[in-house]
Formats: sequence, C-alpha cells, structure tokens
Amino acid sequence: MTATDPAVSAGSSAPGGLVKSVVELDRVVIRLAGDSGDGMQLTGNRFTSETASFGNDLSTLPNFPAEIRAPTGTLPGVSSFQLHFADHDIMTPGDAPDVLVAMNPAALKANLADLPGGGLLILDSDEFTPRNLAKVGYAVNPIEDGSLEGWQTVSVPLTSMTLDALADSGLGKKEAERSKNMFTLGLLSWMYHRPTEGTVRFLERQFRRKPEIAAANIAAFRAGYNYGETTEAFAVSYEIKPAPMAPGKYRNISGNQALSLGLVAAAKRSGLPMFLGAYPITPASDILHELSKHKAFGIRTFQAEDEIAGIASAIGASFGGALGVTTTSGPGISLKSEALALAIMTELPLVVIDVQRGGPSTGLPTKTEQSDLLQAMFGRNGEAPLPVIAPRSPGDCFDAAIEATRIALTYRTPVILLSDGYLANGSEPWAVPAADSLPDLTGAVDFATEPNGEDGEFLPYLRDPETLARPWAIPGTAGMQHRIGGLEKADKTGNISYDPENHDFMTRTRQAKIDGIAASIGPTDVDDPDGDATVAVIGWGSTYGPIGAGVRRVRRSGRKVAQIHLRHINPFPADLGEVLGRYERVVCPEMNLGQLAMLLRAKYLVDVQSHTQVRGLPFRAAELAAVIQDVIDSTSGAPLAADPTGGGE
Amino acid sequence: MSTTEHVHDLGMPASNPIDAAIAASVTTQGEKQTALKAKDFKTDQEVRWCPGCGDYVILNAVQSFLPSLGIAREDMVIVSGIGCSSRFPYYMNTYGMHSIHGRAPAIATGLGVSRPDLSVWVVTGDGDSLSIGGNHLIHALRRNVNITILLFNNRIYGLTKGQYSPTSEVGKVTKSTPMGSLDHPFNPVSLAIGAEATFVGRAMDSDRKGLTDVLRQAAEHQGTALVEIYQNCNIFNDGAFDLLKDPTTGTQWSIPLVHGEPLVFGPDGAACVVRDEFGGLRIAETNQVDASQIVVHDAHREDSSYAYALSRLSSQDLRYTPMGVFRSVQKPTYDRMMAEQLDVAAAQGSDDLDAILGGSDTWTVSA
Repeated sequence: MTATDPAVSAGSSAPGGLVKSVVELDRVVIRLAGDSGDGMQLTGNRFTSETASFGNDLSTLPNFPAEIRAPTGTLPGVSSFQLHFADHDIMTPGDAPDVLVAMNPAALKANLADLPGGGLLILDSDEFTPRNLAKVGYAVNPIEDGSLEGWQTVSVPLTSMTLDALADSGLGKKEAERSKNMFTLGLLSWMYHRPTEGTVRFLERQFRRKPEIAAANIAAFRAGYNYGETTEAFAVSYEIKPAPMAPGKYRNISGNQALSLGLVAAAKRSGLPMFLGAYPITPASDILHELSKHKAFGIRTFQAEDEIAGIASAIGASFGGALGVTTTSGPGISLKSEALALAIMTELPLVVIDVQRGGPSTGLPTKTEQSDLLQAMFGRNGEAPLPVIAPRSPGDCFDAAIEATRIALTYRTPVILLSDGYLANGSEPWAVPAADSLPDLTGAVDFATEPNGEDGEFLPYLRDPETLARPWAIPGTAGMQHRIGGLEKADKTGNISYDPENHDFMTRTRQAKIDGIAASIGPTDVDDPDGDATVAVIGWGSTYGPIGAGVRRVRRSGRKVAQIHLRHINPFPADLGEVLGRYERVVCPEMNLGQLAMLLRAKYLVDVQSHTQVRGLPFRAAELAAVIQDVIDSTSGAPLAADPTGGGE
Repeated sequence: MSTTEHVHDLGMPASNPIDAAIAASVTTQGEKQTALKAKDFKTDQEVRWCPGCGDYVILNAVQSFLPSLGIAREDMVIVSGIGCSSRFPYYMNTYGMHSIHGRAPAIATGLGVSRPDLSVWVVTGDGDSLSIGGNHLIHALRRNVNITILLFNNRIYGLTKGQYSPTSEVGKVTKSTPMGSLDHPFNPVSLAIGAEATFVGRAMDSDRKGLTDVLRQAAEHQGTALVEIYQNCNIFNDGAFDLLKDPTTGTQWSIPLVHGEPLVFGPDGAACVVRDEFGGLRIAETNQVDASQIVVHDAHREDSSYAYALSRLSSQDLRYTPMGVFRSVQKPTYDRMMAEQLDVAAAQGSDDLDAILGGSDTWTVSA
C-alpha cells in the first residue's frame, strides 16, 4: 500500500473466531469521494480530527464543486476529501490516494484515474443502480464487468447496512440514509485503528437539539466500526504509529481558522480593537464567520454591501484607531484596488487578506491558484507600492497574519496577505502557542497625541526618520485635527499639493518606505543542508509543502538541492539577490504562469527557470522532484538514479 | 465625551490605546473645548470653489451653526467622496477625509461603527452619492449608523466640467448629452425614504435659516440622517433652483414642512396638501376643501408611506417642492446595537487568547 515494507503484527481475534491481521504502515493517503450531499467533507474532517488526536502528522485536501448541490449522482456534483497521515512529518496531502472510497458511480468515475493500480477501492454497492450508472455513462456496472480488477476492490452495501442498523431508530428511510457517511467513517476508523470517542462527542454536540439524529449517527458510526471487526470482507486493519512531534499542545487547524486566530491574536497583542469589513466570497468567507464569533475580544465584524464597502469601512475604522481588516478573494481584490490606493495615499494601517482562487473573473471559486501575485504587487493606478506576504502552510497562516499586522501598524500601510484555497481549507496539526509568547505589537501603535511642528502645529506627514511612517493621530485627540485624502499631499503638512517636485519626492518616499521594510525582516530562508548545492528551488506561499516533499525525494536520490521559500514578496529579504547568485540554476514552481519568476528576473537579472501549472490543485511532489532532478542532472552532467525509495515523504 | 463613555463604547478594557491617546491629549491640551465660534471651525486652507458657488453659502452656514451643537472639533469627522462638494473637509478645522468617489458613506460607516463616541458627517454630491456611490448610500440609510449625510445637489457634474447627473432633468442638454439627457432622474428624498432612512430633510443653500434648522435636527438625530441641499452651480447649471429661490415663484412652488402644522402654502396660503383617493397626497386649493381635509405634517410617522407621498408631490421641474424635514423617526442605531452585542459577548464569554487558540480539540505530546 505504501513504499515501506508492511510489517504484519500479531493477529487479533474477532467475534466468531475470525482472525484478523494488523499491518503496520508508515503513511496512508485516503480519499473519500461522494455526492455533494453525502457529507464527504464532514466525514473527512472527522477522520482528520480522530487522526490528529491519535498523534499522526497529517495534511488534508478538500476538493468540492462551486455548486452547493449539483444534480444528485452527476460528475459535477462529486465532492472529495483527501487525507494523508503518517508516523513521520509530512508536507503534502499526498500525490495520489492509496485508498479510494467511492460512495456512488459518479465518485468512482471522477476519481478512479487517480488511484494507482493495486490500491484499495471501497464502493457502496447499493448506489451502483442502473439509473445512477446511466447518469455518468456507465453502460455496464463496473463492479460486475471486471474493469476494476486492477485494484483491490471491496464492494460493500453501505447504504442498506446503514438502514439495517437504524431500523429501530424511528427515522424515515431518507433520513436514516443520510447517516451512511458515519457508517463509512466507522468502518474506516476500525480499519485504521482510529480513536472513536471524539466523533461520538462531536455528534452529541452537533445534534444536541436533535437527540434522535445524534443517536442515529452514533449508531451508524458504531455499526460501521463493528462491521469492520466482524466481516470477512476486510481481513486486515492498519496501524500507523503517532509521529514524533516536539512536546507541547497540538490541535488540528485549517488555514482559514489559523488566519482568523492570527488576526485575533494580533489585535489582542497590539491592544487595538479590530474591525473587519468583508463581503462574503469563496474561499474567504470562513474568516468572516470565525471572526464574528469572537466579539468578546472587542472584534467588530461588518458584512458590507459589497467588496468596496468592505475595504472602505475598514479604512474608516483604521482612521479611527482600530485595526482595520478586510478579507476577500481574487475578484474582490480587483474591486478593492482603488480603495487600496487610498490607504496607500493616506498611509493608514490596513490588513488585506486575499485567499486566492482560480481566475480570471469568477474562474474556479473553490479551487486553488497563486495567480493574484502581480495584481497584489501592481494592480493599482499610479506608483502604489504595498507590502505583500504569504503563508506557507495552514498553520503558518497564523504567524503570517501577525506579521501582516506588525508591518501594517509599524509602517502605516495596507499590507496584502496572499493565502489560497489550498491553505484555506487544508489542515494540519498545529502546535498551539502560548499567548504571551506571541510578538508584542503595542510598540507599533503609538498614537500621536502632541503637535510635532516647530510652531506648535500638527504635521500629519512628518515622518519617523527610521520607518518613514507618518504619525497616526486619531479623531478625539485634541489639537491634532487634520485632513487626509486621496489627493497628493505636501510633504510634512499633508496639505493638497500639485507641486511637481513634491509629487516626485512623495512618490519616491512612499516607495522608500515600503522598500525599507526589508530592514525589519530576517535574511532569506534557505534550506541547503550541506551548503554546496548548485541548484536552488524557490517558491512562495502554499507550494512550500509540495516543493519540500519534492526536495526530500531529490535528496534521497543523493542529489543536492537548496530550497528557498519566501514569506515576504514585497519587499524581498535584503539578501535575496546575493542568495540567488550562489546557485547555478534557480527553479521556481508556481501555480500561475510565472509571476514570482518574472519579479525575480526583473529585480535580480537571474535566469530563473519557471515551472508552472494552473490545474486548480496543488503540485504533486513527484512531479516537482522530477523537474528538479532534470535540472540538477542537466547542470552537473552525471545523472544519478531516481529516489531509491520510489516516493514517500 | 467622557473617558468612561469611551470604555463602554468600545467594549474594551479601559487601558486601550484609543482611550489612552484621547486622555493624553486632554492632559496636554486641556479639557475639551466646546464653547466655540464659527471661526474656530475654519482652516488656513484657501477655499477653492468657483466664485459665487453655492458651496460657500453652505460652508458658512455649517461653520456658523456647529458651535451651537456643543461638540468639540476633535470629536467631529467629516468624510467626503469626490466632486466639488467633497472638498468640504479641507475647509473645516475638524478631523476629515477626502476619500474616493462614492465611498464616503462606507468609510463613515466603518468609522462610526467602531467609534460611536464621534460625530461623523458625510459631505457628498449628487453624482458622488447617487451615481457611483448609490449602493453605499442606500445601505448606510437602511442600517441606520449614526452618521449625518449632507447631499449637495446641483443637478450637474461640476468638477468634470458639465455633464448631466443622476438628478438632472430629462432632456437636459449638456456636454455629454447634446441632444438632451434620456435618463430619468432620481429624487434623492424619495430614494432615501425608500431605503427606510430614519431622517430625511431638504433645504436650500441660500436659505440660511431653513438650512440651519434642518441641519440642526439632522445633527441631533440618532441614526443616519440625510439632508438634500439644493446648491447652485453658477458655472455649469446656473439658476437651477431659481424657481424656488425667487421670492414670488418660491412662495408659490415651495411647500414648507413644519411638524404639527397644516400643509398650506402659496401666496396667501391659497394651496394646500390633502389625501388623494389612492392613499397618496395631492395639491388642492385651500378654499375648495374643508380645513379638516388638509394634512397636518407629521415627521414622526413610523410608516414611511406618508413621507414618501410628500416627496412625490414635486416633479423634475421643481414645482410643489416640499422643503424641511420629511421624516424623523427613532430606531436603534447600528453602531449602538453592535456595541451592545460586544458587551453581551464580553459578559458571557472571555477574551482569554489561550483559550481560543487551543480550541476544544487538543492533544498533548509529552517529552
């Protein structure tokens, strides 16, 4: 099932004298696929929680259609959830599943091509009806025509067994059927020795107002587990030992959750009340939902009438001394462009979250992409620089949110944080930090309370000589009344100025302020264990996991490669040019058509080799390993064999 | 505003940096000054509207009446969009933001919601608020955030040099409509009432007394107040409101709105407003109707149908234009309700960061 040798351990005896063996694995990739209404995301999330609490390292990839309920049983309606878990640290949700659970023919058809030969295929045979088969163009039932012989196919009547288990529940057939996902979860929980108490508690909590539904789901869940234990259909169960992790408290966290908590933490650690102005948009809405739960932290969430009002209201709140935040995805950033420039001109702190999705226009709302980078960098009229940063993993969204806030407050500027759909919905174990270990941002607030001019007047554009930030004087502060706006400002006074020299000076000063942020960030993050690699692979954002997994494979083959990953894209770390200069070849994988590569080439005159894909899905580690390997081999001349372990992370 | 009120308003611990900054300024600058004169609201910036522009008159009226509100300058914020009228904040010695086209109500909403202790004003024009910013205007009105919106309506685009606006009359010949405008105009008062604004008034730039009276009521209103101010653009649309300004025709065609008074107008009170058979209002000759049929103005009617019917009496040629306060009703304000939600959340929950970082599902790896 995976690359490692399965170690068969002591058999266990199930009721009825059935002897079952337990196989130890180092990692597994499971994909659950079903109709949008089958509850695959919930099932996946529950399995993830069980796995997290068991102590495996994990990474997830939810994949669902933009339609809330496409017609039942059709290909466009297929929703899936992939989970990779292991007894060691892993970086991606896995290139391909080892196990595919298909709840209907559509799910089988849409996903079978991804399941390598010999993989385990679990099907709900009840759903393979002539009608359902016809919907997706199966002339013959694939369970019966031998076409699935290349896989270990286990066809199980999941629906009817669920109904049997709930015969006494008092629920109607339709309602009882809805618990088949919990039956499936029970079966998988048995197969992979997952703890079950968490799911039982979850179901009790989730349906506390509908105890009969809670009871039915729990009964189905247990029935699935017991079925696994007693059936002859599954002779083997699998054990994946907990992964060694640094001591501490952990939780499973998605990127959107981590980002939300990062913002809450940033507000708390700055002492400022937070104001979020947001308009619902996939895949960013969960941040609005999460933050709206935290009013006890003094957080105001405002569901605006449109994207423009989302950012405009946040700018208004920032002017009033709040930590202004707006969250959106690509099309929303387009709409916010003009207001972003206002925040640049008025030099107010603002945190702008762009959870990127496939574009252009409406594009692929539920799929991931990194194609807003150049829009974030340049998508405004005039010379309008602003800092751009990106998180590298779901958990890292937390730290990135705090860093975005630090920059916004310290430099009095809007900051764009580029997350993406993969980070937003994917999850991983996260070491919960202690609140008092987080950066103290109170020093970055520093409201102006006294006139700063020589004649006792307040000069709103008299800058801090070090950061070039202007004073932040908030309404309510006596003697500091001033007017700001989108028209060009005179240096120091902030009065309207059309003076050519002043405009030239102010334009360069705004640029210098952003460039100067580089002084506050660390050196480039380079992973080059021996320090003598000749090829470097550079990335930003969510490609960190797949690139890292690809790099591991390449290194296992005996080749040397450096991995450079950028948190700060504007400005770049001060030493980046020098770092890039150390390598003969630089490869840049991106989920766009080469946007970071373009920036690097323009700024450093480095012949960056761009490797791109825009499939709405993260890179596969194997693909990146092959690309990197080719570059290394074409550089050094003497090709080495491929990764002897044949994969794995 | 007292410091303790800030603490309540912001739903935060007393030590928050906003309160600290305000307290620090009181220490260095002395107590908040509320005994002010008109000149205290002037800035050192040269006013750059065209000579003769109606905006001057409005600016003077506002600066003259503001001291009577007893609000310190630093507690007042004027937010504007783009257009001639939107230069207003530069000439007011308060906090101000000259923002981007049409977005002032949204910016003011964010400010007003997060700082209920401030007096937040929006100055906008007919193009700014009804064309590019129409969406923000109606949503600000329906939410009832505590902001006061002054809509300078000159029925033309001035700053872009003379194109028709969303309040220009059908058939208007401008640079962009040489054969006459085809657009049917908005009636800003009807629009505001349709959006369920809690306060809607209309005044004339040159009528200092009437303007001041409506402005005062708008400023004292809790919730979003919209005041449409007819403003003459003497360069691109001169004389647009002469019908109402001329002493003779003005009396004939203006309907003064005074709460509690019968709607009688015109020379010698010859005309009046009565109910029509469809539940709306119509104009009648006073001597042709029984006194009991004449509508007594009630700005406080909860149901907005009456105020809406009033706003429909006038047509685009300005005949039978009601002037004054159409509607003034009390509803909870958005900012106050949000502050209350925060108070409730603070009372029921905690702001323990460690607790929410950990969430409900954690596991511990021991050394």
